[in-house]
Amino acid sequence: MSDMQQAATSFWNDTGKTGLTSWIFSTDHKRIGLLYFYTTIGFFLVGVVLGLLLRIELMAPGRTIMGPQTYNALFTVHGVVMIFLFIIPGIPGAFGNMVMPIQIGARDVSFPRLNLLSWWLYIIGAVIILTSLFSGGGAPDTGWTFYVPFSSRTGTNVSLAVFGVFIVGFSSILTGVNFVTTIHRLRAEGMTWFRLPLFTWSLYATAWVQILATPILAITLVLVMAERVLGTGLFDPTRGGDPVMYQHLFWIYSHPAVYIMILPAMGIVSDIIPVFSRKPIFGYKMIAFSSLAIAAAGSLVWGHHMFTSGMSDTAVVVFSFLTFIVAIPSAIKVFNWISTLYKGSISLEAPMLFALSFILLFSIGGLSGLILGAAATDVHVHDTHFVVGHFHYVMFGGTGFAIFAAMHYWLPKFYGRRYREKPAIIAWGLMFTGFNVLYFTMQVLGMRGMPRRYYDYLPEFGPLNLVATVGSWILAAGLILMLVNLFRGLFWGEPFVGNPWGGATLEWSVATPPPTENFEGEPVATHGPYDFSGVKK
Amino acid sequence: MDQHQPHIVSYTRLIGIWLALLVLTALTVAITRVELGGYKVVGALAVACAKAGLVIAVFMHMKYEGVLLRWLLFLAFVTLAVFIGFTFFDVLYR
Ligand code: HEM
Ligand SMILES: [Cu+2]
Repeated sequence: MSDMQQAATSFWNDTGKTGLTSWIFSTDHKRIGLLYFYTTIGFFLVGVVLGLLLRIELMAPGRTIMGPQTYNALFTVHGVVMIFLFIIPGIPGAFGNMVMPIQIGARDVSFPRLNLLSWWLYIIGAVIILTSLFSGGGAPDTGWTFYVPFSSRTGTNVSLAVFGVFIVGFSSILTGVNFVTTIHRLRAEGMTWFRLPLFTWSLYATAWVQILATPILAITLVLVMAERVLGTGLFDPTRGGDPVMYQHLFWIYSHPAVYIMILPAMGIVSDIIPVFSRKPIFGYKMIAFSSLAIAAAGSLVWGHHMFTSGMSDTAVVVFSFLTFIVAIPSAIKVFNWISTLYKGSISLEAPMLFALSFILLFSIGGLSGLILGAAATDVHVHDTHFVVGHFHYVMFGGTGFAIFAAMHYWLPKFYGRRYREKPAIIAWGLMFTGFNVLYFTMQVLGMRGMPRRYYDYLPEFGPLNLVATVGSWILAAGLILMLVNLFRGLFWGEPFVGNPWGGATLEWSVATPPPTENFEGEPVATHGPYDFSGVKK
Repeated sequence: MDQHQPHIVSYTRLIGIWLALLVLTALTVAITRVELGGYKVVGALAVACAKAGLVIAVFMHMKYEGVLLRWLLFLAFVTLAVFIGFTFFDVLYR
């Protein structure tokens, strides 16, 4: 069978089309996945540069390289780019598209053209957001949360930026609709729900959140535009409006959105850990159901962002309680991953190292989240650098590292070439070290009272801020090494043939790189996703 | 798309629904004039639900769709209702 050899023809060339238009107008899920991958990772790098600039400003007290207005604009753009252009579309758009249809034994997603449209909407939204930085009153300075009343009054170009985010939201909804339909309708023969890889399960749970929560963001952003352009006064108390209602609306979407960010990352980790431990995953069904439980319960905790907003005490108690409930399904996953490792035959290659650091960094982020979720302690650390440290642990240490794991695990499959292991491990070490130096220090600074979103601080915070900034350079050095090594490998590296990782999910049974139609003939799933008994490395 | 035959809704029917929507709109305005306190919102939401229901059932043809689509739509509504409901933990107890 040609399946196990380097395919002479693959989706890169088997349609005979290779020009730019064969990519940007392609309806092949693998090509769209790669489009998403390169665009999201491009925006990630933009965001990283902005983050590094923020850190340089904070390196020493007083003005270092920029004034307050520039700082406000930079952290806003950093946040908007990282959240809306990198981390929300990142995993479903890139790896979801590339891998999920093959994992379930399908030739493509249910609606390939809708899939292409969703990438285009993403690009159009991104262009609008970028335009907003250089037109009208200049880059928005509200923070990525666009809180009223400031966002309805500031002279910066909030309306256009918000409109761009609105468009990107539709892209996200379309991906969700596509994935739910695909997972329901296009599973191959024998691919029962409990043979679905956990990555696919996590995308399924995520897709529902994308469909149900994103419209609320869209409406909220339209209301901000209405407030600015028409002066509706919906959020203005002097005209009978309610500013706290804005925060409700915003977080009704944006807390579930953190599960759009983290659930697929958990799926990646659930797929990688068993492969590199040579053991079936522990508690498959619990992991699958906990994804659904997180998606459902996680939609009801948004008020934990509003403990200091003047919301009623009843609401504070209810939302604080519910927040603690979400910790349960998250912890179920962590314990199941650990149990999978127990007595496994573990090999510490780059994908596994990134996946393992996900567990640790996500746990630190999650546990610090409980300090924020408990109403009493939150009052002390609200809007401090503790929060900044917390969400970078979850989003960057969690989702970001899971994306790096996926890049080392799956990209070789689609390129047929691989990266070099040693530099990848050095890069991982640098990033892991730099990451903790940077963000753990931020958490300490926050505990000591350093507020977020200020370009300056009291002199006593100076030394630790210097430490954090040096951490950001170590992190950046690791990141550069990782990307150079990975892309050099993908384009010019050793061939990656057959199934070197020894994965048991369907994507490892097709040719490397896969052909446009993915499978020769109709695939039939005969075993579970983590049944390694018949797998040859 | 199998059970998709065209449904021609008669003009009298459409106009009837339209009139019902107008009456309900008037009701929304009327509610704001009565002293009901926090229940004003409940009243307004109830009327809004009735209106949306009519539009979705008739104008958007959901009445003639299959069970699956109806359930999916229902799920979306339940979600919305829960979201709105939870904001009352704040609004009603301030
Ligand atoms: C080298 C990488 C990064 C560095 C150095 C960095 C640094 C920073 C700094 C210094 C702030 C502002 C602190 C303040 O004054 O409030 C910030 C805010 C933020 N960062 Fe990052 N960051 C990095 C990567 C990321 C990633 C990967 C994400 C998300 C996936 C992210 C999401 C955010 C968000 C949402 C904010 C809040 C913006 C706001 O306050 O509106 N960052 N980051
Ligand atoms: Cu939250």
